[in-house]
Amino acid sequence: MKQKMWKWASLLPLSLLLLLSGCSENMLVLQPKGPVAKTQYDLIMWSIGFMLLIIVVVFVLFTVVLVRYREKPGRDNYEPPEEEGNTLLEIVWTAIPILIVTALAVPTVKATFALEKPSQKSVKPLTIHVTAANWKWIFSYPEQNIETVNYVNIPEDVPVKFKLTSVGPMSSFWVPQLGGQKYAMDGMETELFLEADEPGSYMGRNANFTGKDFTHMEFEVVAQTKDDFNKWVKEVQQTAPKLSKGKYETILKPGLVGRMTFSNTHLEWIDHAKQNSHHMGKTEEHSENTKHHEGMDMEHHSH
Amino acid sequence: MKWSEFFVTGEPLIYAADVSIVLTMIGIVFVLTYFKKWKWLWNEWLTTVDHKKIGVMYIISAVLMLFRGGVDALLMRAQLTAPNMKFLDSQHYNEIFTTHGTIMILFMAMPFIIGLMNIVVPLQIGARDVAYPYLNAISFWLFFVGAMLFNIAFVIGGSPDAGWTAYFPLAGNEFSPGVGNNYYAVALQISGIGTLMTGINFLVTILKMRAPGMTLMRMPMFTWTILITCVLIIFAFPVLTVALALMTFDRLFDTQFFTMANGGMSMLWANLFWIWGHPEVYIVILPSFGIFSEVVSTFARKRLFGYKAMVYSIVGIAFLSFIVWVHHFFTMGAGAAVNSFFSITTMAIAVPTGVKIFNWLFTLRKGRIRFTTAMLWSLAFIPNFVIGGVTGVMLAMAAADYQYHNSYFLIAHFHYVLIAGTVFACFAGLHYWYPKMFGHILNERLGKWTFWLFMIGFNICFFPMYFLGLMGMTRRMYTYSAGLGWTPLNVVASVGAALMGIGFIVLCYNIYYSARYGERDMTGDPWDGRTLEWATSSPVAHYNFAVIPEVKDLDAYWEMKKSGKGFEIDEEKLKPIHMPSNSGRPFLISIAFFFAGFGLVFKWFTLAIIAAVFIILGLILRSFDDDDGYYISVDEIKRTERLTGKGA
Repeated sequence: MKQKMWKWASLLPLSLLLLLSGCSENMLVLQPKGPVAKTQYDLIMWSIGFMLLIIVVVFVLFTVVLVRYREKPGRDNYEPPEEEGNTLLEIVWTAIPILIVTALAVPTVKATFALEKPSQKSVKPLTIHVTAANWKWIFSYPEQNIETVNYVNIPEDVPVKFKLTSVGPMSSFWVPQLGGQKYAMDGMETELFLEADEPGSYMGRNANFTGKDFTHMEFEVVAQTKDDFNKWVKEVQQTAPKLSKGKYETILKPGLVGRMTFSNTHLEWIDHAKQNSHHMGKTEEHSENTKHHEGMDMEHHSH
Repeated sequence: MKWSEFFVTGEPLIYAADVSIVLTMIGIVFVLTYFKKWKWLWNEWLTTVDHKKIGVMYIISAVLMLFRGGVDALLMRAQLTAPNMKFLDSQHYNEIFTTHGTIMILFMAMPFIIGLMNIVVPLQIGARDVAYPYLNAISFWLFFVGAMLFNIAFVIGGSPDAGWTAYFPLAGNEFSPGVGNNYYAVALQISGIGTLMTGINFLVTILKMRAPGMTLMRMPMFTWTILITCVLIIFAFPVLTVALALMTFDRLFDTQFFTMANGGMSMLWANLFWIWGHPEVYIVILPSFGIFSEVVSTFARKRLFGYKAMVYSIVGIAFLSFIVWVHHFFTMGAGAAVNSFFSITTMAIAVPTGVKIFNWLFTLRKGRIRFTTAMLWSLAFIPNFVIGGVTGVMLAMAAADYQYHNSYFLIAHFHYVLIAGTVFACFAGLHYWYPKMFGHILNERLGKWTFWLFMIGFNICFFPMYFLGLMGMTRRMYTYSAGLGWTPLNVVASVGAALMGIGFIVLCYNIYYSARYGERDMTGDPWDGRTLEWATSSPVAHYNFAVIPEVKDLDAYWEMKKSGKGFEIDEEKLKPIHMPSNSGRPFLISIAFFFAGFGLVFKWFTLAIIAAVFIILGLILRSFDDDDGYYISVDEIKRTERLTGKGA
């Protein structure tokens, strides 16, 4: 009876796995839509293979040992031998993990280096500055001279060089279907290359806790055909309002804002990556900041 | 400061907690007075320097903290069960996951392990106490007041809310203006000092106080893991001490170590935190490995397979634990070369860990396996920890980690290693050594109920989280929208959490039930044990060993039993035993630490300074203390030994 329960228990995780395969269409990480996410997907699948192998070996050994060597009627007087160990076995189960780790380390290192560069050399990457603020994402296109808030349009099949920084707490920029995340930090600039293979809408979010409304700090990545993208850029340049310093200050105040579009960028007067820009004119700013915190609850989600 | 700011207001849950705290305190005072137990409490517990009693107090505190952290966990699961729940608002949720993490690691896992090591290590090495019993009492009381200080935050002043990692700049004054993170900095500092002293104490104890004949390579595996853990503590905790001191300066005196302005460097905090934080997880895991080794070997009736390989692998893991910290923030953009280095060092940990898993399996092989509760916990550890371990290797692969980082995949991974590793070990150790602490055995039937409820609940709770992570759910989200498709798995996880909660209730009932009806352990060796602690009576006499045993082999007591003699006490050889005196000073000094800490939290510097004067006064008084302890007479030893049936 007990042994049956044991077997059942050890199968539990596997049965869950089967159950979960029904939910697989939601697993964004396993549905890459670009070369970066694809590289990571391949690495993940490669590692899962080895990991399942290890799990199977250990689980089988474990079950066999428990069933065979359990105390049962007829074995009451069995006295186990005193064995100290076995050098050959020790070498075997040291060497095999080393081989597995090597098999995982080589592609890991390759991929880690590869992801630092754009996935294709022939196409010039599109540069987008990303500024994380409490609790919104600001996207500036320096070459196109446009700026968006909480959504970002990109052309398909073009590597995008996201230059990440933050005004405030450390945030993490993550678009699971396009690729893994990277931190955005105040007074720092980190770079993340992503690329979309096909037009579509991809969820992006802040993956690093930044306080009250961190949960709602989402954005949408819209990948478009190159023509659509160019059309959109033109339209924005012609029709979107200008971003003023005053307006920008309002956007930066802690709270949630809806989507916005502007026909210039805040990079004209400030690049938070280059300086602790958040604190320019510190005394003034600081007192204002304290006020922001007190008035936090009054900020509302405006669409 | 107004009273309405001093006490946390506005939350029905908090008011309920206020009421229950007051009622519990009145209840405790009433019971102690009614049964006239105040003197007993003072003489037997508050002033004790006996490692066994200190260990028991550690474990009681840890179980209380497990309750607190567990309630936090259940509140979080309740909030996440359905999308857009309004049960907790984001601020309350942020406070709860912060206290859950901090309490579970620092005030539950650590003290549970330290409690077990307090009780067991001196017994396993055939010593009568630790090297510095007085210091041991200070260690405990500092941990205890630190834990209490941290725990009152949620009703007085407000809980910390920047995560248990307290990353800057979020945890700085600018974004966390309340006193919550002051509590974090000060409470962890106070209990951290206690832990550091424990590390030093047990290192010296193990190195200097082993029974004659017990060479390093004849030490029980649990003692080995504690020795290495002490080394980890001694190297890792000073880093935390420094980091917390800088944090305290930043928060109380507006220094700029980790701020965004004036040359502050928030990344420095992340680095310091994890230079301590990664060894810290091995501080709670290595002793767990030790506990499993003892239990598996006892209930398989076999010597530990590959003892030497086991020792080398712990040393290897301990060394590697100091060169992997960057894997906690591969996404900080340190560059491919740095990430690759830390990827490889992290994956390398899988090698010695794998060695240990196979050695446990081969200890079981050819054994005669008895499924006691302690053994069930130890056996369940193997498959569950392997799941946690292999997903750990996946997380170690930097390029892939960019996709797992901060997601529920990570949450699932570290709960699989910390629960299946440390919590299972604590429960295994509790059942296994319970007779040594209290003289009776925990009921096996109830124990198995706890085991199955908790173990199955654990898998149901955390296994789905791997998939939630792959679906893009990040940690610390207080809610999610229905359209994301995360609801079914979150419901499953909450059911599992509830099962774990029920398991914990059964455990508590078991403690009560066994105290009343439990089987008394008359032999001192209920499991047919192998190491020296089983040569003592249950509960253990105040002086542990009437005569210090002589060790001739690994599994010293097993060898004695095999040679047919057991551990015999020759009454002729008895000598008076020198024991340390009780002292109330460690308790009082720690109370002063509490008030000093409380003063710092609220920037009431007058209170802090007055309390600091008392601390220094306590230290000065100690320096002039010439109490050398006392002797237990031969007659008294004889009487005690005859009573327990160990004497001839």
